Amino acid sequence: MSIIQLSVFLENRLGRLDEVLKILKDNQINIRALSLADKANYGILRMIVDNSEKCIAVLKKENISVNFTPVVAVEVEDKPGGLQDVVKILVEVGVNIEYMYAFVEKTGDKAVVVFRVEDTEKAEEILMLAGKKILEKENIPF
Amino acid sequence: MFFQPDKENISIDNLKAVQEECLAKTIELAGRSPYYRKLFNKYGLKPKIKALKDIAKFPFTTKEDLRQSYPTGMVAVPFEEIVRMHASSGTTGKSTLVFHTKKDIENWAILVARGLYAVGVRKTDIFQNMMNYGLFTGGLGLHYGAEKLGALVIPAGSGNTKKQIELWLDLKTTVIHITPSYLFYLGHVIEEEEKIPLSKFSLKIAIVGAEPHSEETRRKLENIFGIKVFNCYGLSEMNGPGVAFECEYQNGLHLWEDHYYAEIINPDTGEVLPEGKEGELVLTTLAREGMPVIRYRTRDITKFIKGRCPCGRTHRRIERIKGRTDDMFIVKGVNIFPSQIEGVLMQIPEVDKNYRIVIDRYEGLDKLIVEVEVKKGFFDGELSHLKAIQDKLTNKLKENILVTPVVNLVEPGSLPSSTGKAQRVIDKRRL
Repeated sequence: MSIIQLSVFLENRLGRLDEVLKILKDNQINIRALSLADKANYGILRMIVDNSEKCIAVLKKENISVNFTPVVAVEVEDKPGGLQDVVKILVEVGVNIEYMYAFVEKTGDKAVVVFRVEDTEKAEEILMLAGKKILEKENIPF
Repeated sequence: MFFQPDKENISIDNLKAVQEECLAKTIELAGRSPYYRKLFNKYGLKPKIKALKDIAKFPFTTKEDLRQSYPTGMVAVPFEEIVRMHASSGTTGKSTLVFHTKKDIENWAILVARGLYAVGVRKTDIFQNMMNYGLFTGGLGLHYGAEKLGALVIPAGSGNTKKQIELWLDLKTTVIHITPSYLFYLGHVIEEEEKIPLSKFSLKIAIVGAEPHSEETRRKLENIFGIKVFNCYGLSEMNGPGVAFECEYQNGLHLWEDHYYAEIINPDTGEVLPEGKEGELVLTTLAREGMPVIRYRTRDITKFIKGRCPCGRTHRRIERIKGRTDDMFIVKGVNIFPSQIEGVLMQIPEVDKNYRIVIDRYEGLDKLIVEVEVKKGFFDGELSHLKAIQDKLTNKLKENILVTPVVNLVEPGSLPSSTGKAQRVIDKRRL
């Protein structure tokens, strides 16, 4: 159901992000979405890639701390109120959003929002019942 | 079980008599060296001593004095009697040289052999010496001691990790001599890179030295390898390793008092402290011919442990060295020993063994930065969990050192792990 997001521990050091991205490039891994969370001295790079297994393997080989977690990716209307429409549904049933980020679909008329919530399954069920489109791995064009 | 039962088990009265006799000889002999002859003349001191307490009349010898007498100012015998020279790592200025006669080398080997025997090393053991050979005393000192005891000695030296592991496996090494930071590193290589189960090794005992380390570090190393780890103390000015050695009870290091006269002093005033008080260890050689040294200020902070050790040795025990008067640093007016910080880090399972202390000054205020590696297994992708580790470390450190540090989490493997003496403290304030 849900899609996999990779998290990478990054030191806050000049060039570190570049080094990690270069590893992905050299291994022909495409990033569909990413977000960077940081705490002054270190940060976490979160991303959704075309080949999670391969990506984890190559990063581990380079001695980089990497982990994965399921996230909910929902299609939203790319218009005023589109995002609020989805968030409202989650709020109503008491699903707490830990963090979120968005990307635009290749066709350009829909946006995709990635949610990290405690109970991924519950969130997906609620959103589907409300008629929202949950993206699965196959639905994400790379 | 002693290597030299009569010497290690000597009655306290007899030990005192030996000390008195040897001290008198040492003072007399020292007076023949250019350095001490001049010193005695300057202070109008007679190179004669009647009782142990008379030593208090003699001034301390410092590392600076040794440096000043470079190269041979403290040699007390005709130079052809000298068979070996060692030098200490010269962190500042010229290194200090120490000269040994044949008998000195023999005595040194005996003291090391006593210590090795006390921690359970026997003739049947395979001893891999992973300390640097050469001017540094760690390599040759233990080498001669282990040979004296009759063990098979592999003079592996430090570094060349893959070869070390190969020798461990192929020769079924049972005892190693190594720095604690290198032992951690080896554990990492064996587990993470070579992926060899530790059960394949025949290792029983590790003797660690050359770097100040905490009791927690010892326990951690013992747990990783499933072996016994023993502490050994020494300094090149007093031969090298083997001045004091732990025994099977791992509760303090027996200082060989028939070869060294030990005092504990207040490092600021030079006042000799009563037994049991913590201070700077001051040592006088009692049997060394080539280069007798009187009241040498070791800069090492320790204290005597009161009472007899259950092992039966009469030679008193000193505590694990708490730090050196010169690796102690002051941040915001507070004295801090790196070993205190290490002790805290070792209690936190989420962080790795490598760490670095950086002291810097921002806008006139000292800043203590502690860089630690987060263990790979503990990274779950949650920023809040990293923050929690960071906060835990900050609080624990603050409790212990009374200064709030800036804790910096870094990626595993990103801090330099040294195969020699690890550079743990970087004080940028001096730059």
